[in-house]
Amino acid sequence: MIPLSWYVLLSAALFTIGVVGVLTRRNVFIILMSIELMLNAANINLVAFSHYLQNLTGQIFVIFVITVAAAEAAVALALIILLARNRGTVYVDEFNIMKG
Amino acid sequence: MLTSVQEILKQLVPIYPEFVLIAFALSVLVVDMFLNGRYTHLLGWYSLIGIVIAASMTIILGGVQGAFFSGTVLLDPFSQFFKLVFYLACGLGILIAMKYLDIEDIHRGEYYALMLFATAGMMLMASAGDLITIYLGLELMALSIYVLAGFMRKDSRSNEAGIKYLLLGAFSSGIMLYGMSLLYGLAGTTNLDGILAFLRTADLKNPVLFLSMVMLMVSFGFKVAAVPFHMWVPDVYEGAPTSVTAFMSAGPKVAGFAVLLRVFTHTLDPLHADISLLLSGLAVLTMAVGNVMALSQTNIKRMLAYSSIAHAGYALVGVAAGGQEGAASVMLYVLIYAVMNMGAFGVVIMLRKAGMRGEEISDFAGLGKTNKTAAFLMLIFLFSLTGIPPMAGFVGKFYIFKSAVQAGMIWLAIVGVLFSAISAYFYLRVIMLMYMYDPKEEFGLVQSPALALALAISVTAVIVIGVYPTPVLEFARASVAGLL
Repeated sequence: MIPLSWYVLLSAALFTIGVVGVLTRRNVFIILMSIELMLNAANINLVAFSHYLQNLTGQIFVIFVITVAAAEAAVALALIILLARNRGTVYVDEFNIMKG
Repeated sequence: MLTSVQEILKQLVPIYPEFVLIAFALSVLVVDMFLNGRYTHLLGWYSLIGIVIAASMTIILGGVQGAFFSGTVLLDPFSQFFKLVFYLACGLGILIAMKYLDIEDIHRGEYYALMLFATAGMMLMASAGDLITIYLGLELMALSIYVLAGFMRKDSRSNEAGIKYLLLGAFSSGIMLYGMSLLYGLAGTTNLDGILAFLRTADLKNPVLFLSMVMLMVSFGFKVAAVPFHMWVPDVYEGAPTSVTAFMSAGPKVAGFAVLLRVFTHTLDPLHADISLLLSGLAVLTMAVGNVMALSQTNIKRMLAYSSIAHAGYALVGVAAGGQEGAASVMLYVLIYAVMNMGAFGVVIMLRKAGMRGEEISDFAGLGKTNKTAAFLMLIFLFSLTGIPPMAGFVGKFYIFKSAVQAGMIWLAIVGVLFSAISAYFYLRVIMLMYMYDPKEEFGLVQSPALALALAISVTAVIVIGVYPTPVLEFARASVAGLL
């Protein structure tokens, strides 16, 4: 059996990659994918703990997270389409009408 | 068959108010499709009826208490207090939006549906008894508000506000989820009471526990706009439609404080020493950055954005103080803050009309000469935001700082009072512009019965709570009793 710590390490690595991606990449699609990585890091944690603790709650939580992530992606893509139409760019550096 | 339906309906009683709001939101969507964009005002009033029905249900359900749906939904006076604040915020938000949406040419039924969905999400957050419910309520609220912030489809500032809010909001909920997953791994349950029971016997020095606590604090800090997680606030508040900004500055922030109070003063109470230290640090930073940055703003929406950051700082002082008194003072404060801030935005919205944005602070010059009523209302709201008696803002700040002193954090109370003195400069500057300068040009204000009603409600609340706060304070104290 694969020990729990391997899963936790994998999820920590994924989470770190996600955070670094959000903070350093400028393409809005890559940022969204990095956020997805962060969510899935949490999902791996939840499923691993759920299996290790023999407790179903974690897996139920994961189903909800996946559903919400899909809804979030839909809203995000809609907003990105609007921005691409009105501004012709998908780079967050150029979303700078408002200073700050 | 019939009995099983009745059985199900009976089980759903605790979430009837949320049910009503969702049902009204869905019917708004359907009816709007058939109306083809006509009579959208009626949809606004229709949504208000939904809010009134839900509010009366919440009051009727006041006697029902306990945990429902395997402990995922809690009904207690604490959640009921917050739900009433959300109804107020949503109702005022709809009232001040009606005319404004016409002017911006974005009057569509979805607006009201999204407001109702967001409110249902906040209510779920306030009565969450489980990490899953907190997450779902928060996302229901946040997703609706991302769309609302980008509601002006053709305006690229609004688009920009929407995408910035979404990216940072999703980032913060990713952090929150990771913290929750660690907490679940440690405690073996996502139930808040279960986590509390675990913490009472656990080794509190565990670094993973500390990490998950910090992650939760970061993400709730994002929601209530605490420094250093406030970067999105000025841009989103400026770019979003003004009516959405008003709602956003009240609703989600109050919902954030509801969860913050429930999780940090109830569930994570065994960690109180660490939490109090971290939160008082956040509070000082938030008050400092909010008040100092507001000094140099020229756009009234940006100024109110920084002011809302500063107010989150004052409320965090109360959370840091903790205990019954601290929690009650935070609840009183967020109620007062919601009313006075919505009122101030209500006056700002009156300046927006075709051909004039009315968002610069200089646009207020001479308002006291051309429109005495509007200027006087703005004066009352700004005095209240500054914290000058006899307005409600003073009462709110007084009890916050009093709870800090009682908890032995006198230095924190002193810092708070000092920053609140700084805030007088930028609030009173607007008043000076209104009364001591001549108008640049003739301008008539946009008026409508709905807006007048919203302003009347908020100004009455600000003055009544300011003069006679005892009943509301007692209500807040009674509501918090079950929490701790």
